[in-house]
Amino acid sequence: MKDLTFGTLIAVFEEIFGRGLFWVMVGAAVIITLAYLYVLIRDRSVSWHKFLWAQLSMPFGAIAAVLFVQAMTHSSFADIGGPVDVIVLLGVAVAGAVGAAILVYTVESLLWPKKATDA
Amino acid sequence: MTKETQFTPTRRGFLGLAAGAGVLAAAGAGQKAEAQIATTAHIVILGAGAAGAALANRLVGRLDGARITIVDGRKEHWYQPGFSLIAAGLKPANYSVSQTTDWLPRGVELKTEMAANIDPEAKTVALGNGEVLRYDYLIIATGLVLDYDSIDGFEMDMIGKDGVGSLYAGPDYAAKTWAAAGKFAEEGGVGLFTRPNTEMKCAGAPIKHTFLIDDIARRNGARGKAEITYFANNASLFGVPIVSEKIRMVFGDRGINHAYNHVVQSIDAGAKRVTFATPDGPVERDYDYVHIIPPQRAPDVVRNSGLAWADKWTDQGWVDVDKHSLRHNRYPDIFAVGDVAGVPKGKTAASVKWQVPVVEEHLVADIAGTSSTASYNGYTSCPLITRIGRAMLIEFDYNNDLTPSFPGVIAPLEELWISWLMKEVALKATYNAMLRGRA
Ligand SMILES: Cc1cc2nc3c(=O)[nH]c(=O)nc-3n(C[C@H](O)[C@H](O)[C@H](O)COP(=O)(O)OP(=O)(O)OC[C@H]3O[C@@H](n4cnc5c(N)ncnc54)[C@H](O)[C@@H]3O)c2cc1C
Repeated sequence: MKDLTFGTLIAVFEEIFGRGLFWVMVGAAVIITLAYLYVLIRDRSVSWHKFLWAQLSMPFGAIAAVLFVQAMTHSSFADIGGPVDVIVLLGVAVAGAVGAAILVYTVESLLWPKKATDA
Repeated sequence: MTKETQFTPTRRGFLGLAAGAGVLAAAGAGQKAEAQIATTAHIVILGAGAAGAALANRLVGRLDGARITIVDGRKEHWYQPGFSLIAAGLKPANYSVSQTTDWLPRGVELKTEMAANIDPEAKTVALGNGEVLRYDYLIIATGLVLDYDSIDGFEMDMIGKDGVGSLYAGPDYAAKTWAAAGKFAEEGGVGLFTRPNTEMKCAGAPIKHTFLIDDIARRNGARGKAEITYFANNASLFGVPIVSEKIRMVFGDRGINHAYNHVVQSIDAGAKRVTFATPDGPVERDYDYVHIIPPQRAPDVVRNSGLAWADKWTDQGWVDVDKHSLRHNRYPDIFAVGDVAGVPKGKTAASVKWQVPVVEEHLVADIAGTSSTASYNGYTSCPLITRIGRAMLIEFDYNNDLTPSFPGVIAPLEELWISWLMKEVALKATYNAMLRGRA
């Protein structure tokens, strides 16, 4: 592949999802991330109670992400052919897990603001 | 590459931050910051396929005031790498179809006619409707033609019926090919997979089709009833020796037979029999499914214009260009890019991606009165699918050297899921970005 620059990467992503959808998703991602930072700053600490729920959501996020990618690409676990494939698979899973955790934590914090009982 | 990140909306939380921060930078960095060259030159591009559209988009950004005319009589643009997926039932026919006008930049004039004649001495191109264009620079990007007529007994309306497939003919024919191939993958029988004895676009495609139908028959539980043979046109399975050997091994693993020096000469669809030309004379084989890829040649407009090689590929007529600059060897104001160029490798869309910037640099340098050292090294790439879900990402150059894009990460001769993801997800997007001049 020639010249894999950041500009190329953006162009390729725009083509995968369509220009409109891609930037809407980027926007949604930025909003969720900002909301997460907002609740962190607002609450001035991580709520371990909420973090527990967020952690519990991680395996589900991981599995959902992997199944989603496989369904979208006509693939299965049997297609793993080498170390790099395992890395890709783990990457997808970690992405799903972390994403789910951030989402759950943020939604919880927005819906149920900090309680006195929270550590 | 990007596969692992694109599907989970939540992961985009992270990506999004990076992307969001990068947007401003990208807006500037994505476009080349080079100053435009002012010119009144008339550049005529024949063909608005992968190469023609990509070059038009890039030239518009580099030149100020140039008149750019692109000539193509076909309304539809075809994403041809998709044909392999359509012919395996993995995508619908419209996966490969868009409109030619979708990809052309503003400021470029499209002539919806085919070029009928080129006069390189007078520097004119005559179109099908009789209109004559004068050019200062001519880019030949007409792709190639499929010569079905040279196979005795073959008619296009056979495709999809009675066990005849030919996925090269177009998106609809690729879908019809799946009708015939899918039936074979359910019922079994004798399957013959062939390729022509000319240069061809994406020499991996006949092999991909063989592997995909093998895999689908396996998934259907019908592989035991199917006998599959791949017929090479010469003494190797692929033009790059190390790749040829690897394919031989994978064929062995899958129980796919292979034969060398077999070229389809004629077909009798009623009797379900093909005749191959071989060094030992004609050989007849009965089939339940046969996949035909016809000989491939430069379009008549090129072959009749005196622009083809006189001493190479004389039956095929590829344009006589320098293999590094893609400039015509006798007419310096003519370039050829894409499938029609008379170079030893490079009939893939991935090659187009490397060729187009080379032609762009030489053309812009000519106009600016300077010179360019930009050089095409023969880069050719083929995600060689070996089953649904796995492929080998094969990349090579004029020397038959492997030139992996991700050395040490994506092994070229290994059947990998990531290489399949490249073909399934990233290839079309990269192709589209290339058409827009952005990749
Ligand atoms: C089945 C299949 C699978 C493939 N798989 C891959 C793959 O996995 N990876 C890869 O990189 N590449 C692949 N390719 C190859 C790739 O599609 C081609 O190499 C690429 O499209 C070449 O671009 P081009 O512009 O030279 O020709 P094209 O894209 O074919 O465009 C040529 C254009 O010229 C026009 N034209 C023709 N004659 C005239 C005329 N007389 N006047 C004006 N216009 C004319 C045509 O209408 C057409 O629009 C595959 C091809 C096929 C068929």
